[in-house]
Amino acid sequence: MRLFKIRGGVHPDDRKSLAAARPIEDLPMPALLHIPLQQHIGAAANPVVQRREHVAKGQLIARAQGAVSAPIHAPTSGRIAGLGFYPANHPSGLSVRSITLQPDGEDRWHEDIHGVDNPFALTPEEIAARVAQAGVVGMGGATFPSAVKLNLRSRYRLHTLVINGSECEPYLTCDDRLMREQADAVVDGIRIMARALGVPRVMVGIEGNKPEALAAMRRAAAPVDGAAGFATGFATGTAADAPDSERTAEITVVRLPNRYPMGSEKHLVQTLIGLETPARGLTADIGVVVHNPATAFAVHEALRFGRPLISRVVTVTGAAVSRPRNLRVPIGTKVQDLVDYCGGFAEPPARLISGGPMMGQPLPELRVPIMKGTNGVLALTAAETSRREPSACIRCGSCVDACPCGLVPLQMAAHTRAGDLEGAVSNGLMDCIGCGSCAYVCPAHIPLVQFFNHAKGEMAARGRAKQKQAETKRLAEQRAARMEAQKQAKREAMAKRKREAEAKKKAEAAAAEKAAATVSD
Amino acid sequence: MNQSLAASPHAHAPVSVGRTMALVMVALVPATLFGLYQFGWPAIFVFTVTLGSTAAFEALSLLIAGRAVRPALMDGSALLTGWLLALTLPPWAPWWVGVIGGLLAVVLGKQVFGGIGQNLFNPAMIARVALLISFPVEMTRFLQPQPLFSAEAPGFMEGLAITFGGQTYDAITGASLLGHVRTELGEGATIGEILPQVFDPLAALLGTVPGALGETSALLLGLGGLFLLYKRVIAWQIPAAMLGTIVLLATLMSLIAPDHYPGALYHVLSGATVLCAFFIATDPVTSPVSLRGQLLFGAGVGLLVYVIRTWGGYPEGIGFAVLLMNACTPMIDHYLKPRIYGRDRRGRPLDYGEQAVNAAPEKNR
Repeated sequence: MRLFKIRGGVHPDDRKSLAAARPIEDLPMPALLHIPLQQHIGAAANPVVQRREHVAKGQLIARAQGAVSAPIHAPTSGRIAGLGFYPANHPSGLSVRSITLQPDGEDRWHEDIHGVDNPFALTPEEIAARVAQAGVVGMGGATFPSAVKLNLRSRYRLHTLVINGSECEPYLTCDDRLMREQADAVVDGIRIMARALGVPRVMVGIEGNKPEALAAMRRAAAPVDGAAGFATGFATGTAADAPDSERTAEITVVRLPNRYPMGSEKHLVQTLIGLETPARGLTADIGVVVHNPATAFAVHEALRFGRPLISRVVTVTGAAVSRPRNLRVPIGTKVQDLVDYCGGFAEPPARLISGGPMMGQPLPELRVPIMKGTNGVLALTAAETSRREPSACIRCGSCVDACPCGLVPLQMAAHTRAGDLEGAVSNGLMDCIGCGSCAYVCPAHIPLVQFFNHAKGEMAARGRAKQKQAETKRLAEQRAARMEAQKQAKREAMAKRKREAEAKKKAEAAAAEKAAATVSD
Repeated sequence: MNQSLAASPHAHAPVSVGRTMALVMVALVPATLFGLYQFGWPAIFVFTVTLGSTAAFEALSLLIAGRAVRPALMDGSALLTGWLLALTLPPWAPWWVGVIGGLLAVVLGKQVFGGIGQNLFNPAMIARVALLISFPVEMTRFLQPQPLFSAEAPGFMEGLAITFGGQTYDAITGASLLGHVRTELGEGATIGEILPQVFDPLAALLGTVPGALGETSALLLGLGGLFLLYKRVIAWQIPAAMLGTIVLLATLMSLIAPDHYPGALYHVLSGATVLCAFFIATDPVTSPVSLRGQLLFGAGVGLLVYVIRTWGGYPEGIGFAVLLMNACTPMIDHYLKPRIYGRDRRGRPLDYGEQAVNAAPEKNR
């Protein structure tokens, strides 16, 4: 298949061999789970359980709030030990609202957990509703509620579902392992999503450094008649009412070149179909929706078995980890439990990261929980980070060549450094995807992403302040108008009273005159 | 957990400013060694004095500015500046030319702008041009190669006397090829009469001709340049655009009037053309950052070099051409930016209209 070239990018040492050969293992159930209520983009979930309440595995423990949100379910059966605050898996290390669950060791499923015999007999809306109920979010790290994306077909003319199996971040192997070991389930999830989106075409993009995943996915995505497992089930159980075009979305598995950031969804879509997503737009603007293979797996679990998203595969790796592994981990497990299972640290890590080395966030401490979007825990040695003190920019232009978005990072950084954020914005700050390619290649080791994150945060704060100001002004004006109206009403009332009083007086006078006249008569 | 909460990325390519400078120096080594061999002890002394003085002035400037001396010196940028300057000096120049050159390059060319990365003009070219204007006699006194340890070559002590003692050596001085051809042309001779006597393309390629200390061997400099391209220290845009422009103009003009304008080979192999294309015009600090900008910049340098050599007041135009294009760099950077993803060249979001939805699915079939 013809691929389209994208601009820029870098070729970091992928270091995937540390963990790629390790099959996914189930992490033993930890003693306590700390489940944050905000694990997704959008509004935090609202708890529906009480302290000391017993919950079953898969039971709803926090309900979605608002249009963009996701519910949260109990990862195992046990007792709600508390509803309170617990340190977040976030660089700030701030405490966030969390539910603490004490597993009872029985791992007993809730009795209402049932799958659908034939998901393809459901309407797209029903599929999306089930995905929403299962709390599925984008598992590549963005954690956008998946059901919202599955419902895009009402607003956009979609033609392609792209599955982002590029896993372009170095070190991470969780999607690789999932596609190797659960290819049939992943492909089933993909078909269900394609059905929900109503698209005739699916493209699964996988970087060439994952030949086994490519082979497994190609085999699983082969035309239905020869395929085993769920695909066969789906083929035999197909309801007559589903038109052929929707049943059999054509799945193409594509070998992508190894280049970071191939997994940036807009760049992946460009590589596959040759169109850029318009600035500030969504890939849906050009008819494409992108999902992650782990999300497809979660959709499969949700539809076939009714299982909500309560665990995920996490890669624990880095040269500082004694035995790098790929683990299936209940949501809410402490990072410490993962590290312990992997034999602890071989040497004190120079840096601990949640996610990949290119876009991951530093971990503030080891007791923070794994969330729905946590794809990796990295413990890097000093040699791996090759950090140096930043020096002056020599304008070499490496960052310009590396930027996949066509920006001039050195100029954006210079504007930001000088406090000229508007200048940074006019140089394209808001088009920056924060991939870190520029900072990765910078010979002066300038923390460019740090500058841009700062500028973006500051601009967002300014935007909020501006909005608040406008809102305050609006309220003040409304109040002034209200006061004026009240005054006006008062004045009118007074005038009315006055008129009435005068009329009364007149009437009295007239009556008196009349009376006088009568008397005089 | 005792770690910094630094922003991503948490891994880094194995690169540094010092590595970049070191690679450029490595690329210069063959041509430099050849130059030092060709011109003997005086050249070695001038080279040493120039490098030493740039390093010393760099350290002094940093001390005065109250900045850390060691890290700035260790990145090698000052040494590289001195190195490039030394390569463009007449090989038997007196020691004070190197010292004044070092002063001009580092202090006037770089540190007054704020140090590394801040200068608008190429420091080595600032020094070269300032020296050429200030000391035209010393800066144009070239000589036939006197290979080290050959019969005519000055010995160690004699070399010391030439570089530091002001000993004259009138007997063997000569003009550079560019200067010679220019003088002869001025006296009414035609290219057909002049060139066969003085221009041997093979000698010019190898560098066994009179010229500046490290400019003569187009071959070794070109190999160094290819090494830098291979190591991705420089991009192909500037050298290609510059050499391409010179070749194009020289060919065109020599076709129009072969008696007055020498051909492309002469222009590429003589003077500092190759040194400039790979090592001077490609200075990252003073050249544009976008690849399209680099193409324009390289073409501009090539054009100016040709114009100055052919019609200007000096036989060699590298220094002036580079400085003039350096002055254009901010403007080039302003106007020739890459196109931002998802936007057209004018910065407006792309608008496919209906085409996106209708055309895309069939595109790959």
